[in-house]
Parts: sequence; C-alpha cells; structure tokens
Amino acid sequence: MVAFIFTVVATPPSQFWAFGVFAAFLVAVARLARIPAHVILPRMLVEVPFVLFALLMPFFGSGPTVEVFGLTLSQAGLLAGWGILVKGTLGVVCSILLAATTPARDLLLGLDRLRVPSLIVQIASFMLRYTHVVGDEMSRMKLAREARGFEATGIRSWPVIAQSAGSLFIRSYERGERVHLAMLSRGYTGRLPELTPATTTAADWWTAMILPIAGLAVAVTALWTQ
Amino acid sequence: MTASLKVAGLAFAYPDGYQALFGVDLEIQRGERVALLGPNGAGKTTLVLHLNGLLAGGVGTVEVAGLPVEKENYPEIRRRVGVVFQDPDDQLFMPTVHDDVAFGPANLGLAGAELEERVHEALDLVGMAEFSDRPPHHLSFGQRRRVAVATVLAMRPEILVLDEPSSNLDPASRRELADILRSLDITVLMVTHDMPYALELCPRSLILSGGVIVADGSTRDLLLDDRLMRAHRLELPFGFDPRNVPA
Repeated sequence: MVAFIFTVVATPPSQFWAFGVFAAFLVAVARLARIPAHVILPRMLVEVPFVLFALLMPFFGSGPTVEVFGLTLSQAGLLAGWGILVKGTLGVVCSILLAATTPARDLLLGLDRLRVPSLIVQIASFMLRYTHVVGDEMSRMKLAREARGFEATGIRSWPVIAQSAGSLFIRSYERGERVHLAMLSRGYTGRLPELTPATTTAADWWTAMILPIAGLAVAVTALWTQ
Repeated sequence: MTASLKVAGLAFAYPDGYQALFGVDLEIQRGERVALLGPNGAGKTTLVLHLNGLLAGGVGTVEVAGLPVEKENYPEIRRRVGVVFQDPDDQLFMPTVHDDVAFGPANLGLAGAELEERVHEALDLVGMAEFSDRPPHHLSFGQRRRVAVATVLAMRPEILVLDEPSSNLDPASRRELADILRSLDITVLMVTHDMPYALELCPRSLILSGGVIVADGSTRDLLLDDRLMRAHRLELPFGFDPRNVPA
C-alpha cells in the first residue's frame, strides 16, 4: 500500500490521465474484494480537513492567474490544490481498502514483521482489544448517570461529564495494572511472542506487488511523457 | 511426596504500610481441591498474588511442588501456578481466543505444531475449541471465563488458582464451569465467597481472616460451624443448608 501511494505521490499533478488510471486500479481492487461503496464512502470523511485546505489553495497561490466563473484563481495554486486533493483521496481510498480486506490481527502481525517497534505494535494490539471494554464501561457510566436523573444540558453539566471522564480514566488505568499482572502470571517478558509462524509465500509477495508495480509503470510513463 | 503448594509463615505489608498477611501457613497435596474462604479484606487476593511471585518482599516462604517462589525461578513458577483472575477481560488481552491461549505456552518457548497442540488441548478441556478464532469481546461472560481457564491450562500447571470463579456467572455457566473443574486432574485452590460452590467442588476448605488461616478442615464441617462462620463474617446464602446436600 505504502509503495503504491509513493508511486501516486511521485506522479506530476499535470498528468491528469495518470490519476484516472490510478483510480481505475483502486476501483478494480474494490470490485475484486467485493467491498461496496457504502463501506468506503463514509470512511473517506477523515479526509475533509485536507480537502478544505486543497480548495483554499487556488485563492492564495501566486503567479499567473485564470478566470473561473468570475473568480480570479492562481494557476499554480489550482494545480497544487488538485494535486493534494487527488493524491490524498487516492491514498485514503487505498488505506481503507487495506483496512477493509485485512483482519486487524494480521495488520498488527504485519507491522511486527515490518520491524515496527514492538512497543507500538503492543499498544495498538491492546487498543484493539480494549476499545470495546472501555466503550462498554463508558456507556454503563452514562446509563448510571441518567438513571439518577442526570441530563446533559449545556455548560452546567460539563463538570459531571469531566468527572466521569476522569473516573473512566482511573478505571482503565487500574484495569491496565490488572492486565499487566495477568500477563506476568503467564510468563510475559516484555515482548509479545510471535504466534503465527511466518507464512508469506513468493506468490503472496507477487500478489501484493501487482498494484505498486502497475502504479510505478503509470508514474514512469507520466514523467516520461510530461 | 512433596506438596503441590506449601506456604509457611507468610507475612506481607503493602508499601503504604497496610499489613494484609500476618503469617499464613498452609499445605495442599497434589490432586486436592481446596476452597479458600474469607470475608472481604481478609487478604485473599494478596495471598494469591504471592503464589506466583507477583507480590514478594515480605516474610516467609512459598513453595510450589518443592520449588521455592524466588526471582530466579519465576518463569518455572509461573508455569506451575495457573492463576485465573476474577475478571476475564483482564485475563484475555490478545485479539483472538487462540492467540490468548497461546500466549502462555509461547512465553515458555513453544512454537509451531507443539504450540498448536497445546492450544487445542486446553480449549478442548473447557469445550471452547470451536471459538478459537473469535475475538474475546464476542463471547458471553461464561465463555470468557472458560477461555480464561484454558489460557492457564495451556501451560500445564501444577496447581490451578481461581479467584472467585463463580462470580457473575448465570446458573448454567456456573454448572458448566463446575463440570470442567471436576473433570480436570489437577490441584485446585479456589478463592470464593460462594459457599455452595465450595461445598460442591472442594472437600476441604481454609478460612483466611485478618491475614491468618483461622480454620482448616472439611468444607461441610466448617460451613456447619455456626460460631466459626459468624466470627469471620461468613454466611450461608438464604435457605441453604449443607446438611441437605448429599455428601
């Protein structure tokens, strides 16, 4: 995925056709993996702040300008904005596809094998495991608040909510300590053991490389014909 | 024969000065199932944490099948003592049931087919083999408790230490867990407030109160000793009479 994004980023924004090809690749992958658009589209919302930034660029760019619908826009800004918009979108879609097709556990395993520091992988793994537990605790506390007549109405209820957040933090912290005891009880030495032996075959690697290689071909052609 | 578990003169105070244990002596033979009863704050959890060296630094000794609980023995001690904590969400910290059960044996250095065999064996013992690839939060509470038991069985422990094994279980899960515990050929120390459960599973009981063992005997005799029970804030549930339970 990272390799594919690099090829996308390396492509000059003025070669409009190249991005059409990249988009077509991703659509093909989504089709192959049978991931419907209603899974992908809502998840693309994370990109919104970048889109806003990209939309502002034409107004603040310098250099030669063009008139579009009566607005004076910078050509360089327009191109840079387009570049951010399209590259960002392709990158986000690509990440969503990876997340939607790969079980979270395999992602963690992959990070570990790619030599991402073990501490970070462990933290991510615990986040994955305990999001639900802490979330449940949070909704139980909310129920308990409401059962005693609390209603969140404006600024005066903030102290109560802040206190709840504080006690949720302490509860989670104490749970963390209990989990640590449970881990030590089973011989934890500071590193999660690798449980699934490495089973990446040459075929897996080739399958994984199809997209970056195709992307690289497009990027090189785009640079060549610029 | 060496006892599975031998605790002698164990006393411990927390760093804040609160003394929880005042000289605990107990001995459990191999294959026994023993209940550890006692009111809240009697020091039960403190005692449990000493059995595999999670707490140390007080006075006295703990031996597991002849091996003293000391720092250089911790890896072997933690294999020999399987502690099942009260909240299975604390015990199950890996993304899937399989990975969690594999965690202990993998720390012992097992890998590959041998590791898989251990995981299967342990999950089979608690009847959870078909849930191997599920994440723990998709299981019911009773199922999670059973997986928690499997996570320590996978280390083939000498003694199984259960902290409140019946808490929060519905009657069916409670019975299923009892059946599993009875089917295991292993020494069990069960910390509990659940008197009927103690009577059902453990022929022998210890009462820990005020940081010392105040009684040690047949579970039935202890539960019928009204004065002893009352003196240590222990009560039978409403309507429960050990005399009506067939021996």
